[in-house]
Amino acid sequence: MNSQASLFQYILKIADNQLILGHRLSEQCSKGPFLEEDIACSNIALDLIGAANSLYIYAAAIEGENKTEDDLVFLRSERAFRNVLLVEQPNTDFAYIMCRQFLFDTYDYFFQLALQKSKDETLAAIAAKTIKESTYHLRHSGNWIIRLGDGTAESNTRLKAAFTNLWCYVEELFEQDAAELDLVAQGIAVDTQLIKSQFNSHIAEIMQTAGMEIPTGIFMQSGGKKGVHTEYLGFLLAEMQSVHRSFPGVKW
Amino acid sequence: MNSLKLDENQLIENFEAKLAKNEMIEPKDWMPAQYRKHLIRQISQHAHSEIIGMQPEGNWITRAPSMRRKMVLLAKVQDEAGHGLYLYSAAESMGISREEMLDQLHTGAAKYSSIFNYPTLTWADMGAIGWLVDGAAIMNQVMLQRTSYGPYARAMVRICKEESFHQRQGYEIMNVLATGSVEQKEMAQDALNRWWWPSLMMFGPRDEESPNSEQAIKWKIKRETNDQLRQRFVNQTVSQVEKIGLVVPDKAIKWNEAKNEYDFGEINWDEFWTVVKGNGPCNKVRIANKIKSHEEGAWVREAANAHAEKNNKTKAA
Amino acid sequence: MNDSQGILWEVFIQSKPGQPHKHAGSVHAHDNEMALQNARDLYCRRSEGTNLWVVPASEIVASSPEDIGSFFEPSNDKVYRHPTFYSVPEGITHM
Ligand SMILES: [Fe+2]
Ligand SMILES: [Fe+2]
Repeated sequence: MNSQASLFQYILKIADNQLILGHRLSEQCSKGPFLEEDIACSNIALDLIGAANSLYIYAAAIEGENKTEDDLVFLRSERAFRNVLLVEQPNTDFAYIMCRQFLFDTYDYFFQLALQKSKDETLAAIAAKTIKESTYHLRHSGNWIIRLGDGTAESNTRLKAAFTNLWCYVEELFEQDAAELDLVAQGIAVDTQLIKSQFNSHIAEIMQTAGMEIPTGIFMQSGGKKGVHTEYLGFLLAEMQSVHRSFPGVKW
Repeated sequence: MNSLKLDENQLIENFEAKLAKNEMIEPKDWMPAQYRKHLIRQISQHAHSEIIGMQPEGNWITRAPSMRRKMVLLAKVQDEAGHGLYLYSAAESMGISREEMLDQLHTGAAKYSSIFNYPTLTWADMGAIGWLVDGAAIMNQVMLQRTSYGPYARAMVRICKEESFHQRQGYEIMNVLATGSVEQKEMAQDALNRWWWPSLMMFGPRDEESPNSEQAIKWKIKRETNDQLRQRFVNQTVSQVEKIGLVVPDKAIKWNEAKNEYDFGEINWDEFWTVVKGNGPCNKVRIANKIKSHEEGAWVREAANAHAEKNNKTKAA
Repeated sequence: MNDSQGILWEVFIQSKPGQPHKHAGSVHAHDNEMALQNARDLYCRRSEGTNLWVVPASEIVASSPEDIGSFFEPSNDKVYRHPTFYSVPEGITHM
């Protein structure tokens, strides 16, 4: 892969994470446990989709094929999406939603922090804006982990189930392929190995406050970054792209 | 303090004097029981409408055909949640809890605007709703900014400020579709055909069939009648329809030079009452969805309560 | 009390640094942190603020409408508290 092509793929990885997670959260709009939390989740969804949008605009420019952000979102199919498996997991219940948020938010916070120092000025600038949002998202989901862990026997049980079932997607967050390592060497991409210990210690701290134990002996799944997804993504995309694809080439 | 208490007649006199001077009634002010009852009903129904109104549009957030539309629609539906919240708070200031109001919604004791009992079938419906439904709502809400109950009026001021983009984004969707491909234009006209009449119904029954209306105007809760607002809506909307090359689905629509307003056809009042009475195409599903998310959220609210109580105890200890 | 919708909080927003906090409205929340976040999500979606206060509604002590006379009218006739009450010689500025 030449370096423009690997930069393009790298931007897609970041953008797809934000989009797919934002999409999942947006599915919850009007379904929240109470009104204020509904508004909070829509806010976060908007932040994520907005960040993805800036990244797609940049990715389209890097690709140089006269495509728009919408082409990248609505006309790629499942195998071309580069998001991690974690973010496409369904909204099983509020514990799953918050657990998925918390794992991603923690990763994303340290990731965006590091990406601000990227030698790629556009990525650095987008990260500088995104980090403010990530900081808030992490505070929001971290607080919920503590509330649910500490709250009632039921909330504790549900949260434990969520952590147990989502933990297998943690390792993939840090996976890097050869092309990405190349970008790391150039000072463009974030070396995810370097943020892993910060991730682990923040997760451990919040989970301890929440009275949760870190799941052990879990077999780690991966594939999303290579376009090999769980079955959930196909349905998500089918829904997301349905209108756009039914009327090819028109303006919306 | 008891010796300073005024008798009922004096209180009514003070209350009416305030209304006469266009002064606002505030939560702690004395007010007639009927005034309070009327407003609790009206404000809570208004709040419920904002909340139930999230569903028909929420339905399309995941399918919005461009990133821009997706963000706008999500922001818009989120605004409606905020409106519901402002209004619940305004009603709470009259001494009813949000819990009670939600109960009334879930059991069917409280109504909400019938418009949200129609289904959203195509993307063009997002255009029609923003343009016509929010447009009709704004007409009513602009008036309510001067309603006599302070917290309600202040909620309306905030809501009207936020509403300003809702109607525009809807009209923009319609404009793009109406001037797009043949299929897109058909989609737009179809949406207009389905949403036009229900939008006119949003202003409520005709004045002579609206028994509460007169009292509401006397109390300065409302400042204009249903028919006045409906007429103004038709007057301003017809040219917007024509501007984007669509056709008003009403053969009787005609400019009346003498009256300086549009004449328009008769609303299908049977349909109106059918939907009000709970038999519209989506009444059941809207409430069922609302109850479902409320029930699924119960353990979350309990957990948040339990956590807060434990925290308070440790603080107190 | 703490029903399943959380308790009611009043929200005060400072719109710019140096400005006083103004009442914006209310939110429901179960704890301090949630109240702050909910207030932010609800009342600061259009860059309305630089600082937020949230106060449990039950903690606010308010005067009653009957107090209008005894609380506020006595100050009406204390015109000597206002600078316009005093005369200064012609040509004096900056005072
Ligand atoms: Fe609204
Ligand atoms: Fe609206």
